Amino acid sequence: MSPRRSLLSRIVPLMLACAALAACEREERVLRIDPPVAEALADVEPMPNGIGGSHPEVYAVLGAPYETNAYDLSQGKRLYSWFGCKSCHGDGSGGAGPSLLDGWWRYGSDIESIFLTIRDGRPHGMPAFRDKLTTEQVWQLAGYVQTIGAYSAKTAAPGRDDDKQTRPAENRAPAALLMERRGKP
Amino acid sequence: MTPRTLRVLAALAGALSCTGCSGWQSALDAHGLQAAHLLRLITFIVVVCTVVWILVLGALAVALWRRRSGPSEPSDTGPAVERRLTVAVSSAVAVTAVVIAVFTAASYQTTRALSDLPSDALTVKVRGYQWWWEVSYQDPQSGRTLPSANEIHVPAGRPVRFVLEAADVIHSFWVPSLAGKQDLIPGRTNEIAIMAQRAGIYRGQCAEFCGLQHAHMAFMVIAEEPAQFEAWATAQLQDAAAPTNPEQERGRQIFLTKACAACHAIRGTPAAGTTGPDLTHIASRSTIAAGLLDTTRGSLAAWIADPQTLKPGNNMPMVPLAADELRAVSAYLASLK
Repeated sequence: MSPRRSLLSRIVPLMLACAALAACEREERVLRIDPPVAEALADVEPMPNGIGGSHPEVYAVLGAPYETNAYDLSQGKRLYSWFGCKSCHGDGSGGAGPSLLDGWWRYGSDIESIFLTIRDGRPHGMPAFRDKLTTEQVWQLAGYVQTIGAYSAKTAAPGRDDDKQTRPAENRAPAALLMERRGKP
Repeated sequence: MTPRTLRVLAALAGALSCTGCSGWQSALDAHGLQAAHLLRLITFIVVVCTVVWILVLGALAVALWRRRSGPSEPSDTGPAVERRLTVAVSSAVAVTAVVIAVFTAASYQTTRALSDLPSDALTVKVRGYQWWWEVSYQDPQSGRTLPSANEIHVPAGRPVRFVLEAADVIHSFWVPSLAGKQDLIPGRTNEIAIMAQRAGIYRGQCAEFCGLQHAHMAFMVIAEEPAQFEAWATAQLQDAAAPTNPEQERGRQIFLTKACAACHAIRGTPAAGTTGPDLTHIASRSTIAAGLLDTTRGSLAAWIADPQTLKPGNNMPMVPLAADELRAVSAYLASLK
């Protein structure tokens, strides 16, 4: 074996091992959000009709965590059951309130609209949760609600259900209306 | 150093290591009927195993020490030697089987004694959350339930049946000085009986890893004389104390208008949240946040100001409060005896 070859044969596995190590990084959980960041997260500028708007600058800087982070989605799922969302929206398939998983969004499917819906409420029954949840919690809940009715599956999923499944899992694809249509010839 | 000082030092060191066996959270310092049963069993097993260990090592030492009588080959044994060997090995096997059978019988006996529960037992429901304990007492006479958290008062000398449930993941209920462990499992109900034999404060701890703050999931069991227990229960059934000064009144207002009331209940006020611990008599409990901090106005304020630094990952969010609002809320909560 030539000296050159033996050097290569040593370096290549080492580099491969280093590359594999990079995959060991696990998703980061932000447990404590800095108060100024939390405050800045409330700066959603809605469009005049209350649908859609610009997200706070800090939201993009954080990397849109509430749509993609499994921990935040799980916390959102807990908030969904703790704060009585089930009493109107059921398991997501609706009840006294509209369904969340059918993919039909009255006020837009973007997370800013969902944030505004939860925080400020909407006419005909949706209460405002401004005084019940912190801004961070509203974002977590909005991320989870968006997941329920997303048009394409997210890569991150919230925690599993302990009870029997009554509806498709949150990280399935796509939304129920589209799924039904796809099933038809 | 004289031999006498050495002896004294050795005795002191021995005594010091023994202090690890006592205290408010030790299975070796039994103050409950069930813990006493378990302690008796473990003592019995340890003593018997110690004797077996000494005998085995003794036999090994003798075998190593003894010279062979002659240069005989191992296979070169007569029928007499063969018989002696058979007898020795068979009796060793027989003794082992008997010892294990006795252990099995003893632990069966102990387990039976643990689940023995008289019908006059008090029932306490405990529900495990990440990471705290919801406690509720069912009074069979009045039919009322008394909610509390992280602190369990029991009458000394009276059996108590704990009905165990979990809200999220598996937890385990363990008060080493009073009884063994029992798991709290989501979707099913477990039971454990405890009878504290004397009054005292016993620390309990979640004994099944349940997430980030598993270590900070402690609780207190306070065993009291029956009269004291009744007085405590009567006081706890009352609604929360009314504010007695403007600062406390302001704290009450802030508690009700901010996010606090969405998760916590204070009986006697509109606050009726069920996600977090009931705070009606929070200042009567010795610790907050499941044994994390002593209950003082300062620690209450610190906890409200920044729960995620004190116990990262718990479900209490940091609710933005101004400094004077924080002062008022902590004054109000500290007044809820």
